[in-house]
Amino acid sequence: MKMGLPQKIWIYFLLIVTSAFVFFPVLYAFMISFMTGPEIIQGKFFPESISFENYSKVFSRLPLLSYLLNSFIVSVSVMLGQLVVCSLAAYAFVFFKFKGRDFIFFLFISTMMIPWEATMIPNVFTIRKLDWFNTYQGLTLPFFALAFGTFLLRQHFLTIPKELHEASQIAGLSRFRFFWRVVLPVSKTSLVTLGAYGFLTTWNMYLWPLLITTNKSVRTVQIGLKQLQSQEIATEWGVVMAGVIVVIIPTLLLLFIGQKQLQKGLSQGALK
Amino acid sequence: MTRIGTMWRKSLDGRTAALYLLPSIILFSVFVFYPMFRTIYLSFFLTDQTGNAAIMVGFENFQYLLGSSEFQNSMKATGLFVLYTVPITIILALFFALLANEKLKGIGFFRTMYSSTMGISVAASSVIWLFMFNPSIGMFNRLLGVMNLPQIQWLLDPEWALLSVSISTIWMNIGFSFLILLGGLQNIDEHLYESSRIDGAGYFYRLRRITLPMLSPTLFFIITISLINAFQTFGQIDILTKGGPSQSTNLIVYSIYREAFINYQFGTASAQAVILFLIILVVTILQFKLGERKVHYQ
Repeated sequence: MKMGLPQKIWIYFLLIVTSAFVFFPVLYAFMISFMTGPEIIQGKFFPESISFENYSKVFSRLPLLSYLLNSFIVSVSVMLGQLVVCSLAAYAFVFFKFKGRDFIFFLFISTMMIPWEATMIPNVFTIRKLDWFNTYQGLTLPFFALAFGTFLLRQHFLTIPKELHEASQIAGLSRFRFFWRVVLPVSKTSLVTLGAYGFLTTWNMYLWPLLITTNKSVRTVQIGLKQLQSQEIATEWGVVMAGVIVVIIPTLLLLFIGQKQLQKGLSQGALK
Repeated sequence: MTRIGTMWRKSLDGRTAALYLLPSIILFSVFVFYPMFRTIYLSFFLTDQTGNAAIMVGFENFQYLLGSSEFQNSMKATGLFVLYTVPITIILALFFALLANEKLKGIGFFRTMYSSTMGISVAASSVIWLFMFNPSIGMFNRLLGVMNLPQIQWLLDPEWALLSVSISTIWMNIGFSFLILLGGLQNIDEHLYESSRIDGAGYFYRLRRITLPMLSPTLFFIITISLINAFQTFGQIDILTKGGPSQSTNLIVYSIYREAFINYQFGTASAQAVILFLIILVVTILQFKLGERKVHYQ
């Protein structure tokens, strides 16, 4: 697309102003995280000096390191669990012919219309009955099956030529080996998209960990932030913001690295 | 015997497929279908403290809810919240996506900036906004002070609280909507624009005649997702307002949460959950019915 110089300047102007607006709250939180109490009350934007005191304080007040580790374990488990469960289901939908396939497919679709919040009350009871309060399996297992993830992968699997499947059968490759050796490797991009999506949404999950963690043993960072904010309110905003920055760094990094991939993958899964 | 044998072999595909589908089916049954039916069941009962059905009351829970001013208020707040957040989020995200779709030097940097809010959790965003809304040291009241305008008690004033939560929610949701819309824009075939340029069509003409129609499936998708997400809002309410002041921000999921896990009224909480489910069902069906007519597929 060719455009004139005045047009270009105008677009750059809009880009700079609007993206600065969008990014401002994060930048502001970052600045506050280096400030002392009096500086914050004076309403400065730039800290006078870069000191990491707030950061060392936040790590000493909260078991933040163990919360981070918990979040990491939970997010990676859900990510891997989703990849396994969804890719198996998607494989069955694409490469098997069997009775009732359409019906089961419809069942999968229907789960997308049931908001998770509408089922949370019995789910909490189930977790209690299983004695899974404050456990990793209680935090992760309910999220392994995901209709959206199954569709995303199914879309990609459908693009694999049927001849490849037939050839593999003639060559005597078992179903599982075809899945493992051929289907998964050629679907790497969709798997990466789904993985990044699963990690991101699990890391940011709030309501479920709030419901089923009652002590700090498996508590995640998001609940840690709630704790921090209710303990520290009105006193040390610098420390609170240091906590915020620590919590958002992993997902921001992941987003910055995988932005292109995520955007392509998600909009494809959304549409076809 | 042989007939059974061939049938057994024929259904081999089905049995193997079942093996691959089993994990999903078990998990969906335990954590989606069973609890959904259980929620509907519980909504017809009064329950004890541990959530066991005690006395069957028929539709009384629903009658009670529809007559209670608290629930009416919660529904009204939810409706307003959806109205405040969804259109503005999508319009802003579309505007940003159109800007970021231009092929310019350094455009990758701007794309990252716009999508950044997707990488920030609801809890972290809420804490940042809680600070910005702080009446004495927050940024918003400072700005008002500089401009000699009267101060606002953002999250503490029943007139302003829902609006404040909406503003922060719009910000939180922009990243995701932007990413999806940008993806949609990039899928539009370049050739469509080239022929229109020869005709000398202007930017806004192309926007109206090519870009928006071609983008309509993506727009349709993001509108549906945003509506559903708005009905499911919880985290920012819990951190910013706890449903207050005077219940002005008591959105439906927060209301369910409070009724169930603070008041232990599982029957009425389940009835609310059923209503939430019905609302989302209706929204989804309506969207698809309207979408079929309005959306232009390639």
